[in-house]
Amino acid sequence: MRALAWHGKHDVRVDTVDDPEILNPRDCIIKVTSTAICGSDLHLYDDYIPTMKAGDILGHEFMGEVVEVGAGSTLKKGQRVVVPFTISCGSCYHCGKHQYSACDNGNPADNQDIGQELYGQPMSGLFGYSHLTGGYAGGQAEYVRVPFSDVGPIVIPDGIEDEKVLFLSDILPTGWQAAENADIEPGDTVAVWGCGPVGLFAIQSAFLMGAERVIAIDHFPRRLELAKTFGAETINFEETKTYEALMQMTGGIGPDAVIDAVGLEAHGFFVDNVIDQIKASTFLGTDRIHSIRQAIVACRKGGRVSMPAVYGGIVDKFPLGAFMEKGLTLKTGQTHVQHYLPGLLAAIIEGKIDTTFLISHRLDLEEAPQGYKMFHDDQNEVTKVVLKPGFGARSGDVV
Amino acid sequence: MTDDAPSATAKHTSPDQDLTMQSVTIGRPADELFAYFRDFSNLSSFMDNVERIDVIDEHRSHWVVKAPAGKTVEWDATVTAEEPGRSISWQSEDGADVPNSGRVTFTDAGARGTVVSATIAYDPPAGIVGKVIAKLFQREPAIQARRDLRRFKQLMETGEIATSSRTQTQLQEERA
Ligand SMILES: NC(=O)c1ccc[n+]([C@@H]2O[C@H](COP(=O)([O-])OP(=O)(O)OC[C@H]3O[C@@H](n4cnc5c(N)ncnc54)[C@H](O)[C@@H]3O)[C@@H](O)[C@H]2O)c1
Ligand SMILES: [Zn+2]
Ligand SMILES: [Zn+2]
Repeated sequence: MRALAWHGKHDVRVDTVDDPEILNPRDCIIKVTSTAICGSDLHLYDDYIPTMKAGDILGHEFMGEVVEVGAGSTLKKGQRVVVPFTISCGSCYHCGKHQYSACDNGNPADNQDIGQELYGQPMSGLFGYSHLTGGYAGGQAEYVRVPFSDVGPIVIPDGIEDEKVLFLSDILPTGWQAAENADIEPGDTVAVWGCGPVGLFAIQSAFLMGAERVIAIDHFPRRLELAKTFGAETINFEETKTYEALMQMTGGIGPDAVIDAVGLEAHGFFVDNVIDQIKASTFLGTDRIHSIRQAIVACRKGGRVSMPAVYGGIVDKFPLGAFMEKGLTLKTGQTHVQHYLPGLLAAIIEGKIDTTFLISHRLDLEEAPQGYKMFHDDQNEVTKVVLKPGFGARSGDVV
Repeated sequence: MTDDAPSATAKHTSPDQDLTMQSVTIGRPADELFAYFRDFSNLSSFMDNVERIDVIDEHRSHWVVKAPAGKTVEWDATVTAEEPGRSISWQSEDGADVPNSGRVTFTDAGARGTVVSATIAYDPPAGIVGKVIAKLFQREPAIQARRDLRRFKQLMETGEIATSSRTQTQLQEERA
């Protein structure tokens, strides 16, 4: 099959590799029909995440048709499914509590050592996201082996096109969980750093959960424009002093809840950020954390901090004093995708949530390297790239 | 010791014995876990470096353990103590290349299942042979034991052992 493989910093290629096979009873194999490039993939592309190996197949946002099932799978050949990016067993203590991304068993035993050493306890497996999270081959490929297929994938009813449901695999539940973690109360003002897919879905979700105002922060006009269409007020941090603006816009109180949807590659020329960049490029620290710092300082006393953004390592200059003195609460984590799927699928079917606005580019899987470059270089215009195996051939027919 | 922590977690341990203790909580009843473990022929399903264990009789078993370069080492072991559903201890018989002993306890943990703790002691021979033996276990005994317990947990909780291999060929290489 053809698959998009990582070979090093800014070097991804479509390679021909062996097709996946059923290896465990609960596995299934799916033939991918749509798969997306995620902001998290850019962290791999920029070589910010350790434990990558040349040839690793990327992609954790994908859906397709079931073509093979193991004896323990509950799926049937021919069903269309969206696959969560978290690989969770469904039967451990954490899965029992719906903390799927903390699953004890989804990550192979040997790979769990890395998480155990780095974080104290290992997390679940993830598709296409380094050997820290299992070294599983991802979904930017023609076929994928899906472990625990009786627990993860959600079956999509006929007649609902891929683009409406593809983002159930990650960014829609991630935006939703980000808003949930902000413990929004009616009348709240919520500030969201980053208007990428996660931030934009967090904004939509925050309004659905009763936020009165959402203030969106980014520097890409096109992304801020999208935030506006959902009713958010915007701050362009290149033109405006973010903290000062937030204080003015909230009558000197600060936002009731803040959401960091930026992550370890925060942009911008702020003093602390530039120091972080120098450190990152000299391997003194990998995480640039300007956005979470600013969010904590801006957040009102006793407020809530939600951090869907991904961080991997150890940071300094974390405003621990502000965090403690103001009595803030922080909730974060990889998304417990499986927990949200039934509710969010229903919301999509009922038309309460639309996800298709996000897609700016559709490419053939063969053009994936170009997709990465575009998404990386032009974040203003490129909001989401969806890859479709065989798309070129099909659209060729149409033309 | 002035605290309640297990002795295997002490900062200073006796240098002549390589002692390791690892615990894992498994969401299954103690009796079920004990029964699976007590049949030593099952252990190779989750113990990475064990090629196979032949059960000789109720107390004795023959262990075939992977060694570098496709070789194996073998020894016989005897169950030295046993409390059904709660604990089992074994020891290699005289003449084993790597004298070793193990004890596994199964402690009821209520709604969380069972805490399984394994204490494995190796008496590594001195000198060059010792280095070969160290290689034999491919990694530190503590890491080996921790990984084996995780696989035991996966098997008991999910019915299978997680792998990120994509093809049968990769899986065979991984398990070799
Ligand atoms: N928790 C999870 O399970 C999970 C799942 C998916 C993605 N993520 C993470 O969420 C984050 C966002 O993902 P995405 O796909 O939306 O990424 P993205 O890269 O498309 O979006 C990030 C946005 O942040 C903006 N930004 C950069 N620096 C900023 C700053 N200082 N202040 C305000 N905005 C700033 C960028 O301009 C960009 O629009 C990433 O860190 C990603 O890894 C987490
Ligand atoms: Zn993603
Ligand atoms: Zn689990």
